[in-house]
Amino acid sequence: MGALLATIGLTAFYGDAQALFGIDFELGAGEMVAVIGANGAGKSTFMKAVTGLVKTAPHGIRFAGEPIGGLPPGEIVKRGIALVPEGRRLFPSLSVEENLLMGGYSKRAGPWTMERLFKLFPILAQKRDQPATSLSGGQQQMVAIGRALMSNPTLLLCDELSLGLAPIVIKEIYDALPAICAEGMTVVIVEQDVAMAQQVSQRIYCFQEGRVSLHGRSSELTREQISQAYFGIGSEEAPHA
Amino acid sequence: MKMSVQVHRGNSNSRNALVGAGVLLLVAATLPFWAPAGNASSWMREFVEIACYFTFAMMWNLLAGYGGMVSIGQQAFFGFGGYVMLILANFAGVNPFVAVPLGALAAGVIAVPVSFVAFRLQGGYFAIGTWVIAEVFRLSFGNVSAVGGGSGTSLTALRGIDKATRETATFWMALACVVAAIALVYLFLRSKRGLALLAIRDNEVAAESQGIDVRGMKLAVYVVAAFGGGLAGALYFVGNLRISPDAAFSVNWTAFAIFMVVIGGIGRIEGPVVGALIFWALNKFFSDYGTWYLLGLGLLAIVVTMRFKQGLWGWVQDRRGWSLFPTRRQLVMED
Amino acid sequence: MLETLIQGLLLGGLYCLFALGQSLIFGVMRLTNTAQGDFIILGAYAVIASLGALAISPWLIAVLLLPLAFGFGYGLQRQVLNSTLGRDPLPSLVVTFGLSIVIQNLLLQLFSADPRSIETEGFNTQSIALPGGISVGTLPLVILVLAVAATAALQWLFNRTHVGRAFRAVSDDKEIAELMGLNAHHVYALATAVAFVLIALAGALQAMRTTVAPSDGPLLLLFAFEAVIIGGMGSFWGTLVGALLLGVTQQIGFRIDPGWGIWFGHIVFLAVLVVRPQGLFPKTRG
Repeated sequence: MGALLATIGLTAFYGDAQALFGIDFELGAGEMVAVIGANGAGKSTFMKAVTGLVKTAPHGIRFAGEPIGGLPPGEIVKRGIALVPEGRRLFPSLSVEENLLMGGYSKRAGPWTMERLFKLFPILAQKRDQPATSLSGGQQQMVAIGRALMSNPTLLLCDELSLGLAPIVIKEIYDALPAICAEGMTVVIVEQDVAMAQQVSQRIYCFQEGRVSLHGRSSELTREQISQAYFGIGSEEAPHA
Repeated sequence: MKMSVQVHRGNSNSRNALVGAGVLLLVAATLPFWAPAGNASSWMREFVEIACYFTFAMMWNLLAGYGGMVSIGQQAFFGFGGYVMLILANFAGVNPFVAVPLGALAAGVIAVPVSFVAFRLQGGYFAIGTWVIAEVFRLSFGNVSAVGGGSGTSLTALRGIDKATRETATFWMALACVVAAIALVYLFLRSKRGLALLAIRDNEVAAESQGIDVRGMKLAVYVVAAFGGGLAGALYFVGNLRISPDAAFSVNWTAFAIFMVVIGGIGRIEGPVVGALIFWALNKFFSDYGTWYLLGLGLLAIVVTMRFKQGLWGWVQDRRGWSLFPTRRQLVMED
Repeated sequence: MLETLIQGLLLGGLYCLFALGQSLIFGVMRLTNTAQGDFIILGAYAVIASLGALAISPWLIAVLLLPLAFGFGYGLQRQVLNSTLGRDPLPSLVVTFGLSIVIQNLLLQLFSADPRSIETEGFNTQSIALPGGISVGTLPLVILVLAVAATAALQWLFNRTHVGRAFRAVSDDKEIAELMGLNAHHVYALATAVAFVLIALAGALQAMRTTVAPSDGPLLLLFAFEAVIIGGMGSFWGTLVGALLLGVTQQIGFRIDPGWGIWFGHIVFLAVLVVRPQGLFPKTRG
């Protein structure tokens, strides 16, 4: 199977401290995969490695058949990977509209335009001229997602979309995902909320202390398997997909 | 399998260096007795001058390298120490050599209110802010006619003493200052306070969360550095016999200190030592070239900062593992 | 009293031009350029030297110098200053301090310590009569107008252009800006390039208004810095107001006693620092 994104034995370091100890990960076009794990398990580091914010060995990551490890983030965006960062990380000095414009900096062609985003998230059209960080948490998350979509990626990485948001807002955000995936967008979500992750994704990877402790089809994994893998009790591997 | 770990502070290199330093000190202290008659005077005066530069640089190193506060205004305390010494000696009849530590003390005291203002700023703007404060000191003293206003005045209190005695006393005082400066910084950094300081330097927020009183520590370092700066200044003008606002509060003092510390290596005790030696050597051979010499110094500082971020001694230390004044603790595994 | 105020405002106009470049560079990349004043003097001497070689109007030379300044600033940032950026303020401070010393001594070597100025054929002594019997120097007035125009232009650049958006983004969050495809090193260099255009302009005007000498730089740096702090970091209009306030403060000081003018400016600056450290018009972000 020609994977869109594949990592083979991926390692990553912050200075001298190793954060990832050999991650094997595979993702096919059009899939939605969830990555779960406790704080510090390496989920965000994995996202950063894929998007070039953390340097890795060139052949540790392959995207559409090409090695992309260690490339600068700008280069990776041009190739079609976009990140919705953990904690949103909007630009406080820019308005909502300007944040979205920044997302389109790399000028990739594709279906996503500002107008289309405003159809997806109408509230943003209303607040387009306001400073981005003056919006509510859920609205900021919409801006962050929109900013990533503006680069017309083929692979969208979402790091902890539900962080700090009320359940009703989280539902609203995740309800928008099908519209985003409608044209075959491939999505990886990193989630603390295991139930939500299982619900929206087709496959799950569980990270624990920088390693993959479990992976399998979301519909087939049991609660018990997941919590054991989450907390590192025993070592389980689910039946392969 | 259990492994025992020991914490080592020195090694054979540092112990040898300590013995060597002791010998050197003995030789230096007796210089007035064994130096050839024609040279004794100029050698001693040269030493006093370099001792002042060095002490000032050590204090700047403490402030910037360990305290994390880069200041371009330490000359405020240098000049303040000098002027207080002169005022006490000329007007209050205090023995000038006694007035030197008093001047230093005064500089340490005035650092407290100064810090209220200076600490409002951070980073690069803190640096320039301290420069403004130094300028205020300079302009203020320049407008006080009792100490000669803009053109300065002379240290009259030493007029009665003969040249040889005065120069020897100044020399010994300078030697004492150098030893005191090194010892003060070394012992301070080896102590628990020193560890706290390093923690603050590496990560202020984390240090605060560990219960370290960041603000108190920073103030302590600032005051100690001011004290040391005032000591250097008071000593300098005892040697120079004449003080003026432009000389006392010149930013060049800090410029030279920065040069010595950066070339030698910041945050290491040996750094300023190496830097001071290099500076003295450059001064000796090239200062006749005036502006070209200064230009060269500036370029050297730029190049070393960009290429050898750890300074020249730091570069050597990284390559050879040498450490003469070890403040780091090494973990040694023992089976 | 009114005359002191007006003189102060006119002086402040020049200080604003000194300060805008510094405000820009610090705002975009948190770099403190301790050689700001020396570069201004360098700009002044560049005009003076060119005047010696070419027989054209100093105004024309100043204008021709601006694109050169742009290129110089861009190159300086890319080749030298970019590598000093980071969490530690020391490298950029030492390098710019080193540049300050290099410039001062280079100018000293090339031009000697004698003060020089740019001949404007009497323009710098012309004045305009205002109602109320007050006369205002034409050159200072032109400088003030240029300062306001420069402030407005910078504000417009930041708020309404593609480049300005890049400046703000990279200043907010360099990592995420790079994630969007921005080349931070290039953006920083553009900011410095713009700052150097302002520096060159300020240098030319300073030499027309009064004399310049190689060691004048540091004092100009302090004025620029004070203007930025009083006005509040992150705001160009704030810098203008800070500069005007500084100018007025100094003029008041000069009136009381010529020896205390600059001192008074420093004291007021320190007072603002104690009472309102964030300045008069700070931007809300940290």
